[in-house]
Amino acid sequence: MNIVVCVKVTPSTAAKIKVGASGVSIDKQGVEYEINPYDAFAIEAALQHVEANGGEVTLLSLGAEGSTKDIRNGLAMGAVKAVHLTDDNYELRDSFSVAKALADELKSLQWDAIFFGKQAVDSDNYQVPSMVSALLELPVANVCSTAEFRDGKFRAIRAVEGGTEIVELSAKCCISFTKGPKEPRFPTIPNIMKAKKKPLDQKAAPAVENRVKVTKLELPPPRPAGRIVGEGPEAAKELARLLREEAKVI
Amino acid sequence: MSTILAIAEARDGALKSVSFQVVSEAKRQAAKGGHTVEALVIGAGVAGKAAELAAYGATKVHVAEVASYSTDAYARIAANVAKSIGAVAVFIPATAAGKDFAGQVAVALDTGLCADVVSIAHDGGKFSARRPVYAGKAVATVELATSPFVVTLRPNVFPAENATGSAEEVVVDVSGLTPRVSVKEFQKSALTRPDLAEASIIVSGGRGIKGKAEGSEDQVKQTVAENYKLIEALADKLGAAVGASRAVVDSGWRPHRDQVGQTGKTVSPNLYVACGISGAIQHLAGMSSSKVIVAINKDPEAPIFQVATYGIVGDLFEVVPEFAKEVEKVINS
Repeated sequence: MNIVVCVKVTPSTAAKIKVGASGVSIDKQGVEYEINPYDAFAIEAALQHVEANGGEVTLLSLGAEGSTKDIRNGLAMGAVKAVHLTDDNYELRDSFSVAKALADELKSLQWDAIFFGKQAVDSDNYQVPSMVSALLELPVANVCSTAEFRDGKFRAIRAVEGGTEIVELSAKCCISFTKGPKEPRFPTIPNIMKAKKKPLDQKAAPAVENRVKVTKLELPPPRPAGRIVGEGPEAAKELARLLREEAKVI
Repeated sequence: MSTILAIAEARDGALKSVSFQVVSEAKRQAAKGGHTVEALVIGAGVAGKAAELAAYGATKVHVAEVASYSTDAYARIAANVAKSIGAVAVFIPATAAGKDFAGQVAVALDTGLCADVVSIAHDGGKFSARRPVYAGKAVATVELATSPFVVTLRPNVFPAENATGSAEEVVVDVSGLTPRVSVKEFQKSALTRPDLAEASIIVSGGRGIKGKAEGSEDQVKQTVAENYKLIEALADKLGAAVGASRAVVDSGWRPHRDQVGQTGKTVSPNLYVACGISGAIQHLAGMSSSKVIVAINKDPEAPIFQVATYGIVGDLFEVVPEFAKEVEKVINS
């Protein structure tokens, strides 16, 4: 079974965010990038599949030209090749524009299933998997912790409000992943060396007009200064009073 | 005059409070453009909801009786209703289900989508919305230039506001819809607490909850589970959801669904109580838009105090039980 995993290279979650000169995207100075953590879960899930059922994992990423080294980390985890659609202004694309570019590229790739992370930790849209599935007319299961392949079908486990759902999908499908039972593997040094020689097909991402457009990016307003109510359990009574009488939240 | 379609959400046949928030916001936006609001409820046992939704401004309520949730069936129903009424906008709750099917609604309507918005503006005939990005480390203003457009609205941010009027109930024909994905099993979670993403109060525990636990990984896990009862007891007094920091989840002490922060859930409750959480940047990003933040931590230098509205410096094992008692007194007074 061949699986394409769609990955995005995003700022590390430890990064402090500053607004860049354009006023619509971040200042990249000093920001470390990495494969979106949820996409790393998807890569791990895909690798486990091909280890159990045969086949290979291909990465598909839309992002800045400079993100090649981070994509190679995904190859070092065990993917055999990567397609890198380059666009230095990828941050300004809306989710439809990303989904359309990915879906068009997927039409020319060989795959049995398409895996994603449930959301990218930069734009937080969590829409690309559903949109790609709609564009390719495939079934989708989002926010899955695991997806087992059995008798030609995927059985995916996903958390929904109020419980857990087990859904069944035909083999040709889209699945987006959240944290699963196994942490994504760390690339070993020999695998990092091997990854340097794995095929990485780089080409310009097709232009797709945005349907929604970011016109401004700003930092959230600073929170008004708070106060220390007191020390130790003696302060609990005053805290409860403040929450009732001053903040009126209980 | 055009129509905004507001999607309501029901669980076990009862409308969730986020439905009233979404219909109310649709009503506020509709008032600016001289539009009307129609609502759509999809699910099992959802008939007879017209009066409840009319009380927030819906003038017509479409009801689609569907036995169980399915991404593509929900999306197709929503897109079909939006098309049939010529909706200028579709408002969907940014709940787990709403986030799941909204993208397919946008594709079916061949339009754009703006996810998880916290405010909507309508100036000179143009709609725009604001939404947190980077888990709340920044806020983007987004222009919604297409018509129709689809937005998902973050729960607990938009006020529900009573309106007067009545609504006609219209049954949506759902025959011929074969879902692409079939739900084989639904395991209802035993938890009776509110869902983290929709709760108006959240009590979370951090690394501090480990206390003096020691021994093997399993022994520590057991002690922490015992310690977490303090957090749970406080949450139950407040009718709150229970959350956790990443450190707690990464240690395997709580499930990932409880995690608040950049690789967990971004939340905006009325009250967020952080117990033994120091305040890593990923955690602060995920909860800093809460209206009121309480921090209980023994380290007065912990970054959590920089975002807290009220803080108590102290050992959570002493402060939390006492605070739970005081909360009970205040609530019963």
